Amino acid sequence: MVSRPHGGRLVNRVVSGRRREALLAEARELHKIEVSMDIASDIRNIAYGAYSPLTGFLTSDDYEHVLHDMRLSDDTPWTIPIVLDVSREELGDVREGDDVALTLGGEAIAIMRVEDIYGWDKEEHARSVYKTKDPAHPGVRKTYGMKELLIGGPLDLIKEVSYAGFEKYSLNPAETRVLFKEKGWKTIVAFQTRNVPHLGHEYVQKAALTFVDGLLIHPLVGWKKRGDYRDEVIVAAYEALIKHYYPRDSVVFSVLWMQMRYAGPREAVHHAIVRKNFGCTHFIVGRDHAGVGNYYGPYEAWDIFSEFPDLGITPLFIRESFYCRKCGGMVNAKICPHGDEYRVRISGTKIRQMIMAGKKPPETMMRPEVAEVVLRFKNPFVE
Amino acid sequence: MEKETVSVEISKDLYERIERYIKENGGFSSVREFIEFVVNEVLEGEEEGGYSSEEEIKERLRSLGYL
Repeated sequence: MVSRPHGGRLVNRVVSGRRREALLAEARELHKIEVSMDIASDIRNIAYGAYSPLTGFLTSDDYEHVLHDMRLSDDTPWTIPIVLDVSREELGDVREGDDVALTLGGEAIAIMRVEDIYGWDKEEHARSVYKTKDPAHPGVRKTYGMKELLIGGPLDLIKEVSYAGFEKYSLNPAETRVLFKEKGWKTIVAFQTRNVPHLGHEYVQKAALTFVDGLLIHPLVGWKKRGDYRDEVIVAAYEALIKHYYPRDSVVFSVLWMQMRYAGPREAVHHAIVRKNFGCTHFIVGRDHAGVGNYYGPYEAWDIFSEFPDLGITPLFIRESFYCRKCGGMVNAKICPHGDEYRVRISGTKIRQMIMAGKKPPETMMRPEVAEVVLRFKNPFVE
Repeated sequence: MEKETVSVEISKDLYERIERYIKENGGFSSVREFIEFVVNEVLEGEEEGGYSSEEEIKERLRSLGYL
């Protein structure tokens, strides 16, 4: 039995058949609000149940609870406000209770019942979610650029939207759940990433896999900040790693279209909830998970989980690893008796600098097959 | 055994539109049959939504190489 969906039921707001046809026709007559790709990904994640139990964008009551208590108004853990921002001009004459068509590139993708229209305090939002008001923080900067009103209410997806180029690896929660069941997996650990894999990542994944039936490697595709690895580079790097170093029958690789928010501890919990909806029972929480700069302490993303004994997915905190020349492999401080002179610390920043300079990171940091794939890209980083 | 039924009121206008639809398009022997069909379609759509049946999901997973 894989993990029970968050809130008890996998939300499904994808409309099909005759009802879809009727709603597509209805959408033509409705007031239209154009959304960004980021919002489109949220719409998709709501509709397919990745954000269960959300059935739409947060109304003010839930928003306030999430902001201040990290829970929905019914006390279900929820740490990241999933909101839809609009300007007064975009909203026009729309009133609470009206239906609107949410469009992407002019085409209606969803119909939303506007239950609530409310103002919000962006600084308060930034302080609560990102623990800083500093506009240099990428999530805060994005927040300050959002529009003055939020609208909340349930939605129905009437047109499939996807992140072009990764359809082959895009599985929705219903699909991963069937897949895990077919594989006979009862315990599944998820690994969230926005990086190309180095030996440290491989170590934590395999350490976790030792104790469960299967591993879901689940990188995010979608908006990332400048300097992060491009989505296609991450996917190609994992293809190489899995091909050469992973047992095929105990790992699933799939991508998740969801923006990075860099909200550190709050986002770590959010990442865990989403993976619970995909059927995972365990979630690897990284050191400084979803962090950026020095906004969060290195283990804040671990500590926050103690506030959620009712989360329904088990967080795994795996110690920082390093390569030990004396041990001849990846180890951590608890199992390696050797001194610093033998230890090769694996730093993502250092690897990034080597790749930027066109140099191949050493085999004590990155698998050669992975390094070769990454270096094949003219520019592997988001500009 | 006859299925147990209950009564639901709908507007006369809608009732007459359904009658006209059946007369023009056929396919249903009564307004009741039409309404039961449409409601079932909607409910089944709601239950399954965008999700295919488990067999169809397996088929997709096989075509993608996951199974």
